Amino acid sequence: MSLTTAHSVVVPSTTSKRIAAVLIIAYALISIVPLLWIFATSFKTPPDSIAYPPKILFQPSTEGYCNLFTTRTRQTAEYIASLPPATSFCDEVTRKRNMVIAGPSNFLPRFVNSLIIAFGSTFCAVFLGTLAAYGFSRFKVPLADDLLFFILSTRMMPPIAVAIPIYLMYRELGLSDSALGMILLYTAVNVSLAVWLLKGFIDEIPREYEEAAMIDGYTRLQAFWKVVLPQATTGIAATAIFCLIFAWNEYAFAALLTSGTAQTAPPFIPTIIGEGGQDWPAVAAGTTVFLVPILVFTILLRKQLLRGITFGAVRK
Amino acid sequence: MAEVTMRGVVKRFKDKLAIKGLDLTIADGEFVVLLGPTGAGKTTTLRLIAGLERPEQGIVSMGGQDVGGLPPSARDVAFVFQQYSLYPHLSVYENLAFPLRSPARQMDKVEIDRRVRETARTVRIDHKLDNRATRLSGGEMQRVAIGRAMVRQPAIYLMDEPLSSLDAKLRAEMRLELKRIQQDLGATLLYVTHDQIEAMTMADRIGILKEGELIQIGTPREIYTTPRNTHVATRLGQPAINLLPRGLIPDADAAAAAQTIGARTEHLVIAKATNGHSDGVVDWIEHLGDQNHLHVRVGERKIITLAPADSPLAAGDQVAIRYKDPLYFDANGDRLGGAS
Repeated sequence: MSLTTAHSVVVPSTTSKRIAAVLIIAYALISIVPLLWIFATSFKTPPDSIAYPPKILFQPSTEGYCNLFTTRTRQTAEYIASLPPATSFCDEVTRKRNMVIAGPSNFLPRFVNSLIIAFGSTFCAVFLGTLAAYGFSRFKVPLADDLLFFILSTRMMPPIAVAIPIYLMYRELGLSDSALGMILLYTAVNVSLAVWLLKGFIDEIPREYEEAAMIDGYTRLQAFWKVVLPQATTGIAATAIFCLIFAWNEYAFAALLTSGTAQTAPPFIPTIIGEGGQDWPAVAAGTTVFLVPILVFTILLRKQLLRGITFGAVRK
Repeated sequence: MAEVTMRGVVKRFKDKLAIKGLDLTIADGEFVVLLGPTGAGKTTTLRLIAGLERPEQGIVSMGGQDVGGLPPSARDVAFVFQQYSLYPHLSVYENLAFPLRSPARQMDKVEIDRRVRETARTVRIDHKLDNRATRLSGGEMQRVAIGRAMVRQPAIYLMDEPLSSLDAKLRAEMRLELKRIQQDLGATLLYVTHDQIEAMTMADRIGILKEGELIQIGTPREIYTTPRNTHVATRLGQPAINLLPRGLIPDADAAAAAQTIGARTEHLVIAKATNGHSDGVVDWIEHLGDQNHLHVRVGERKIITLAPADSPLAAGDQVAIRYKDPLYFDANGDRLGGAS
């Protein structure tokens, strides 16, 4: 250690900041390449999407998106010529390939299923998790440590390990292929994460606030609502994102337990078949659309997410 | 406002006895300060009155009515905490209005607004009503905290070292302000502190608490001039009372039972030794500006007293020391000459 050191020992030096920046940019690039490839593929034509060598530069087309939302039938050129002028953009694209739109595809209902199930289970997990975390944080719960460990232990195996028992149970209970069944399942998986994350956040809120509120004439429940919840919003938001990401992206159980009315988007997207095989542009378009809600949600709550990841590390 | 009484209150935390049979009566409109070191049970006493803790034994009553079974919200007390005193997610206005908006109170908006603004003026924070609670200085925060207690006019105000987080200048201002507010409202107030100056300047009566027991309670004057024992004697007075063994300096007037002699500045006459006889040597003089702290070495012991700034004494001087009506304590540390 030199006594003439001019820079702070706490603030990183410019060199180390630069090294960190290079590493982060490199990692970000590597991470984003598959996403960019999917995004690019969604604007390719089917032949371009499977061309070898892969095309980096191509003529963009909306065929993938049109195919994603519609079903089509092949017709003769004479029949297409006899039709009235195309009313929509997708009509035009489809007719160029000697096809007409027969009706909407199943993508939109599947996407709506995903929204209902993911947001529904996230709400349930966060709601139950907040109440449980508050209970563990503030009251003397008998065997609290054992119970918390038990709750955590449900995360110790991959959820799919219990796929067969759950499949059988759901069949008996009539929960197979139902939105309620999927919400219950994702809630059960997420609630452990929610309890643990939220307990950390609620532990950080001093009890004095509730005590003050109770002296000010509020019951404990009212104090919880008026004083604890507003201060726990950061933690609740962070927890909600984690739960939502899991429920939104979950594939294995969705593929196993849903097939029709309650099918979510993840098991549906790979099954999009075009003429003569997998319709890669449509699959890529489906994936791109599928990414949008979680992207929006994450951007909106990114500050809370960051605190959620680093929580406990920095104290006010 | 009401009289608040604790009788035979015992509180235990796990295996530790925090309060050992406390008897305390706070008269209507009285300002009582509990003085004691950390862990003496001061905060626990407040929490027992507020209903945040339940006593194992004993009765807490307000206005003659036993409140032992009531939750905090039904007790009509206001509490000012040492820290975390304001709701951080609310504005100053919302903080002040919070107790009035309690569902139990059902107060109408106009009345709430009137009271909040009136209280804000009293604690001189009316210019910052729209600020967030977290964007105030320490003194402003404590003023709002005191305001939040005042806005309700409860049976009793409980304050747990509300000024301890403030700097010295602000603390001095807030002491005066708090006393003024209490007198204006005629409020009953139980105040807890370990700061003897706060106790001396604000209290109608001071209670000395030690290890869960109320050792003595009385006016600041009584506690200062007639402490029950050596512990109480050391709680008040600056510099602290000198507790000296018998025979250290001439003490012919002492009763036979006296073992320890307590001497504050006013109990000592210190002069330069003239005829070759000396009792001690001036060790060191601390200059405080308006006055000095005189450190005198007597044999193995050290006596610390105040001396006027123009005192002729200097370090190294031989001095003669005489008692002037000091306090006498027996072998147990209890004061002789009248149980106060």
